[in-house]
Amino acid sequence: MTDELPRTGAAADAAGGDALPAAGQPLLRIEGVAKTFGTFRAVDGVSLDIKAGEFLALLGPSGCGKTTLLRMLAGFEAPDEGRILLGDKDIAQALPHERPINMMFQNYALFPHLSVRDNIAFGLKRAGMARADIAARVAEMVALVKLEGLEKRRPDQLSGGQRQRVALARALARRPQLLLLDEPLAALDKKLRENTQGELMELQRRLGMTFIVVTHDQEEAMTMASRIGVMNAGRLAQVASPRELYEAPRSRWIAEFVGDVNVFDGETRLRDGHRLVIGTRDAGTLVVAEPREPVGAGKFSIAIRPEKIKLSRRAPVSEVGRETTINIIDGVIADICYLGGTTTYKVKLDTGGIVRASVANSARLDVDAYSVGQQIVAWFTPDDCVVLPS
Amino acid sequence: MRKVSRLSRFNVASLALGLAFLYLPILILVIYSFNASRLVTVWGGWSLRWYHEFFNDRAMIEAAWMSFRVAVSSATIATLLGTLAAVALSRGERFRGRTLFSGMLYAPLVMPEVITGLSLLLLFVALNAERGFWTVTIAHTTLTMCFVAVVVQSRLGSLDRSLEEAAMDLGCDPVRAFLSVTLPLIAPAIVAGWMLAFTLSLDDLVIASFTTGPGSATLPIRIYSEVRLGVKPEINAICTLVIALIAVVIVIASLASKLSSSQGESAAPL
Repeated sequence: MTDELPRTGAAADAAGGDALPAAGQPLLRIEGVAKTFGTFRAVDGVSLDIKAGEFLALLGPSGCGKTTLLRMLAGFEAPDEGRILLGDKDIAQALPHERPINMMFQNYALFPHLSVRDNIAFGLKRAGMARADIAARVAEMVALVKLEGLEKRRPDQLSGGQRQRVALARALARRPQLLLLDEPLAALDKKLRENTQGELMELQRRLGMTFIVVTHDQEEAMTMASRIGVMNAGRLAQVASPRELYEAPRSRWIAEFVGDVNVFDGETRLRDGHRLVIGTRDAGTLVVAEPREPVGAGKFSIAIRPEKIKLSRRAPVSEVGRETTINIIDGVIADICYLGGTTTYKVKLDTGGIVRASVANSARLDVDAYSVGQQIVAWFTPDDCVVLPS
Repeated sequence: MRKVSRLSRFNVASLALGLAFLYLPILILVIYSFNASRLVTVWGGWSLRWYHEFFNDRAMIEAAWMSFRVAVSSATIATLLGTLAAVALSRGERFRGRTLFSGMLYAPLVMPEVITGLSLLLLFVALNAERGFWTVTIAHTTLTMCFVAVVVQSRLGSLDRSLEEAAMDLGCDPVRAFLSVTLPLIAPAIVAGWMLAFTLSLDDLVIASFTTGPGSATLPIRIYSEVRLGVKPEINAICTLVIALIAVVIVIASLASKLSSSQGESAAPL
């Protein structure tokens, strides 16, 4: 693992907002929050600081508690334990309308009996804004999300993308200190989703607002968020930048949940400077870089991303004990999966294990492509390996 | 779905037979209400004589007016209570005894009317209540409330809960959220429920005859007692008017329900 990786907290977002609390002070502090439904512990002791102006994604498989956590921030569920501090105030038990937080719902929840304009103005009217101010703010929001000319339409006369914009405008209209987005792009098709991701990021930067987005789509989380909190079984497994999450996952579960990964189980044989020599069942003896926090002897899992594994017909030059040490395993191509931009090769190792290697298709006419049954060498450097506790 | 599939000859025949079975008696009744003859079964040419007769029949008019008042007031009370019950059942999800409450609410749907009527009669006698307009109204309210609750609850069930949450998120307290978002969206179902309650009350004979008192007969009771003495052509005229009124109400109710479904995801069944 390399040193230029940004570490959690160290790369604190410098994005400025008007309602920014004192420097270094988080906008929202979640402290040991838990929620139980019947006997199911949906959220199990989550603590997290959210900085002003950041774009945080909560990522996890369905049922991991991410939506429950978001709903507790919005006030639709009251936590059984813990505090939610906004500034100095504990808002854990406050009702939704008492919080300076707005939410964009997964299905948008637009009021079907109201026009686009009235949907956006709904929260402003409740806030007791003057009529002229409401009109001005609505016009501003309509322009912001590029819905000019559609103000008088009803939600059922809009396309999916337009509805999503109305929902966004409605949630932003009250200028909340914090905007919660529950699977904001899940209902859009792929192309529209990609465009909208960019627009959301641009909007968040321009307004200097704090966004928390819940998603099960890791690509979406990686693209948009400056920090990602991965949740599993009601707990926060890791909070890190997208890059750190992918390149330095903290557990085997995270490594396997985020992206694709090859995992070898093994035991330390030897320590050589800042290199560890680990004996594995499937891939023989591997030399890996020692993780940031030094580990003792014992059982470990070695995780390597498929795109870090190179394939070639002949083994590259490698000298054991030197900086140029390379892990080399022999195998046979067992399966080829062409994906357009990349091709994933399944390599059956001589030991019986399987390694997946992802190769970029950098040339249109691929004269170098391997074929099934071909004898091959798979290799990777010690720095490409992540050592994880078993 | 431009092209309507053509019906086969068999389908046409069975459809015609079915409709004839259902509506031929009513059609004959309507035609004979314009009969000039005094004898019910003999055609004597077209005439509005029996309508005229009806409008000069004090007792019959009074019974019709009584029925109308009972139907309007019981439908209104039933709609109010039924809507509240539906809201409690579909929104207050976690209260204790919910299953028991919903079971008890829907029991009158399947309860034989004789039993409902008899038990209410016993209650009114025990309370020493004077039987008349109010006792019939209360009895009809208990009968029709469950129908309103069913219609409104199905609409509420199809309504996305996050709409209310969105309203709360945008600054409404729960009551305000209900009034400004939920109520406008379930209004068509409430109207449909009212219409249903109105027609049910209007044509009820059994419960009304148990719970009414002397001098305050409803129209069905009056018609029934007249028919026992022999069918007068005037009855045909009255029935035709009642059919017309109910038809209008049902058309409005189904239009309201259709409007309700076009605004939301699914319709209230009617």
